Amino acid sequence: MNRIMRRVIAFVLLATSSVASAQDVLIRNATVHTASTAGTLRGSDVLVQGGLISAIGNALAAPAGIAIVDANGAPLTPGLFAGVSGIGVEEVSAEPSANDGALVFGATVPQAAQMRPEFDVTLAYNPRSSLLPVARMGGLSFTQLAAGSALGGSIIAGQGAVVRLDGRFDGIPFAEQRALFINLGGNLAPLSGNSRAGAYMLLAQAIAEARSAAPAGSVNTLLTPAGRSALAGYFARGRVLVGVDRAADILRVIAIAQREKLNIVLVGAAEGWLVAAQLAAAKVPVLIDGLENLPGSFDSLGATLENAARLHAAGVAVGFSQRGDASHNARKMRQLAGNAVANGLPWEAGLAGLTAMPAKALGVSHRIGSIEVGKLADLVLWSGDPLEVTNSARQIWLAGKAMPMQSRQTQLRDRYLRAAGPLPRAYP
Amino acid sequence: MRPILICALSSTLLALPAIAAAAAGEAFASTYQPLASSATVLRHATVLIGNGQRLDNADVLLRDGKIAALGTQLQVPDGSLEIDARDKWVTPGLIDVHSHLGVYASPGVTASADGNEMSAPVTAQVWAEHGVWPQDPGFAKALAGGITSMQVLPGSANLIGGRGVTLKNVPATTMQAMKFAGAPHGLKMACGENPKRVYGTRMQSPMTRMGNMAGYRAAFSEAREYAEQWADYAKATAKAGKDKKTEPAKAPKRDLRLDTLAAVLNGEIQVHIHCYRADEMANMIALADEFGFKIAAFHHGVEAYKIADVLAKEHICGALWADWWGFKMEAYDGIEENIALVDRPEGGCAIVHSDSAEGIQRLNQEAAKVIGSAQRVGIAIAPERAIRWLTENAARALGVLEHTGTLEAGKMADVVVWNGNPFSVYAKADQVFIDGALLYDRNDPAHQPTSDFMLGQEASP
Repeated sequence: MNRIMRRVIAFVLLATSSVASAQDVLIRNATVHTASTAGTLRGSDVLVQGGLISAIGNALAAPAGIAIVDANGAPLTPGLFAGVSGIGVEEVSAEPSANDGALVFGATVPQAAQMRPEFDVTLAYNPRSSLLPVARMGGLSFTQLAAGSALGGSIIAGQGAVVRLDGRFDGIPFAEQRALFINLGGNLAPLSGNSRAGAYMLLAQAIAEARSAAPAGSVNTLLTPAGRSALAGYFARGRVLVGVDRAADILRVIAIAQREKLNIVLVGAAEGWLVAAQLAAAKVPVLIDGLENLPGSFDSLGATLENAARLHAAGVAVGFSQRGDASHNARKMRQLAGNAVANGLPWEAGLAGLTAMPAKALGVSHRIGSIEVGKLADLVLWSGDPLEVTNSARQIWLAGKAMPMQSRQTQLRDRYLRAAGPLPRAYP
Repeated sequence: MRPILICALSSTLLALPAIAAAAAGEAFASTYQPLASSATVLRHATVLIGNGQRLDNADVLLRDGKIAALGTQLQVPDGSLEIDARDKWVTPGLIDVHSHLGVYASPGVTASADGNEMSAPVTAQVWAEHGVWPQDPGFAKALAGGITSMQVLPGSANLIGGRGVTLKNVPATTMQAMKFAGAPHGLKMACGENPKRVYGTRMQSPMTRMGNMAGYRAAFSEAREYAEQWADYAKATAKAGKDKKTEPAKAPKRDLRLDTLAAVLNGEIQVHIHCYRADEMANMIALADEFGFKIAAFHHGVEAYKIADVLAKEHICGALWADWWGFKMEAYDGIEENIALVDRPEGGCAIVHSDSAEGIQRLNQEAAKVIGSAQRVGIAIAPERAIRWLTENAARALGVLEHTGTLEAGKMADVVVWNGNPFSVYAKADQVFIDGALLYDRNDPAHQPTSDFMLGQEASP
């Protein structure tokens, strides 16, 4: 059975690679969840040429020699958002040599020099990390690389960018869409003199320095010249992703963002529903963990599975991101959305929270996040409802290229799935 | 029914009396009393019995706290509560063999971090039940996910972390009022990275996996000697009883640490080992053989699929995650089909465990993910088979299968009524019964417990 399946998969791969352009494909008869105003199109075709979606409709004419995939009515979605993560930056979380996600100088430099907004985590990005194929197997096509705040580091964690999970060396396509990371909350109080009020104090000082309110080189400055310049860049453009949970803190962050003209996106927002009206009025999007319903700390006593539904109902743009091991477990993103739907979020909003919403909030919706003509053909064909955990990605395309549905994990699986032979399993 | 091989085997391995251990086992006895319940019949349900069988359009009768009968058109006592369970699915209450609820409670403040006695590599004398905070809001959330019993374990910082306790998931003011009467204690052991990191960074042993193994062997050697002293004492006391002239024997000095390990050697405690790598699991099996104890389950076992046949042959369960991997080196080889592959051999015993206050709330979804990934490689797993990972197999590993874990007549009426097939992201537990009493009802706030901690919180959800 398995051998047969492998042959079928190999045949499909061969077929797709034999066409003139590896970035052309015609997907026929899919249930197309566009994640756009067009909604869901049943029995629809999607034509991809040169890596872009060139047509969507019924019974599209097939250009000569193009690879054709019959979806047989199966759901087709945009490639999914893998959340705010360290995919490609964090190979093994607990190994310092294989995890580059957070800047921690600790005691080796004075506290004053530990706040480094100029820290750019994308420089550590390894497109050949084993986490990329694992994520693609789960239908994930893009992530927001995060700079993390760890003890010995800073509440201003540094910068990240959106990256598509195509594994290419030649770059991070959305490098121009940079994001600054700021993390707040009781668990990080040791980074601000053991008080969350200290965090606001330090933030205000850093902002003042970046606005050149203090002469460069003054004593007790927080930022290096490079840090001032990096932080100042976010006053005019780019995004600031703020990790924050407590309702009172969310309101303070909104106030700071309005005063300083920062374009913010909240990550976590466990108590967001308590201030949903204010979030909606300020047009602040949130990326939440749809599984979070425990008072994990005194910042999230109000955590509820209905957070997504309540925020959405209030008019807040809701997407998903995972707490915990967001990099390796990125494939749990669908489960986050599914549970939010099981707890009152409309299904379409659940899918949008994995596609169009994060793409828009992170400034990349002109290229990805929906199935529309002209967008990059980052697509996933599913065995069934993509928010249902028993279903899986049958095929993922990145810019029209059918990615091999293989990872280190599927190879391990296949090695141990087969019956033992005369040679140890280490032999092919 | 599957034979309870764990108990059968372990009692034949070492015939040493453990007087001290037995005495210790009676301490902190359960005071749990089932809540009052009337006879209840669930009608026309899809029933997953938990032993691999399924009944369609069937009735389940709960009476006097027990499963009284399964069948169609059951005759029930007058005054029985009738529940129309058409379109619903009924399963045994779910059992999590690996929880830290109560010992690593929410909120995660330092004051209630009571799960790891990181003061020595072998702390067999500590008991998780003494760290359990019954007001952990996580218990109620787990109940809403269909969890009726769980084993709360010490953490994995130590080679031998102490005793685990099996609880019934009932709201209570004391741990004893949750304690599963008659359930054996568990022993928490840990392989690999955690103990050697915790002690190695202090320049103490164990600093390596070599040190880990030396630590287990030293502890069990000591325990064997201790058990022999008690055996000699028992013999001498018996002899003195018969022969009035002999001086009464002097009892050996009681050692709480060795009490626990002697009870392990006597097969009175179920051994649960946190162990990720296949080669390390093989080493632990060899250790168990050397000292003559039985391993109930390897927990986490991210590489269990590499030795699934060995585990099945040794009757050792694999208590596993659906998809966690990569957070440390020994978790690097995780695959999504691990549980399915451990389940596959004849006699295989796969368990879905959580080790997480989030995961324990949705073990059904974890199992659903495994069904989905197995499907990808052409392994079809029916719901009646998958439910065993959360019920029968878990009960077997905890040594409580004679009491719960399946919906067989005479067992505890620990039952979940689901709003549909439980193996779905959209599934919800509608009602949860423990010993026949309704402990949770999704549609009735009067049957939704709230911990003291959450009461009156201004930000309450």
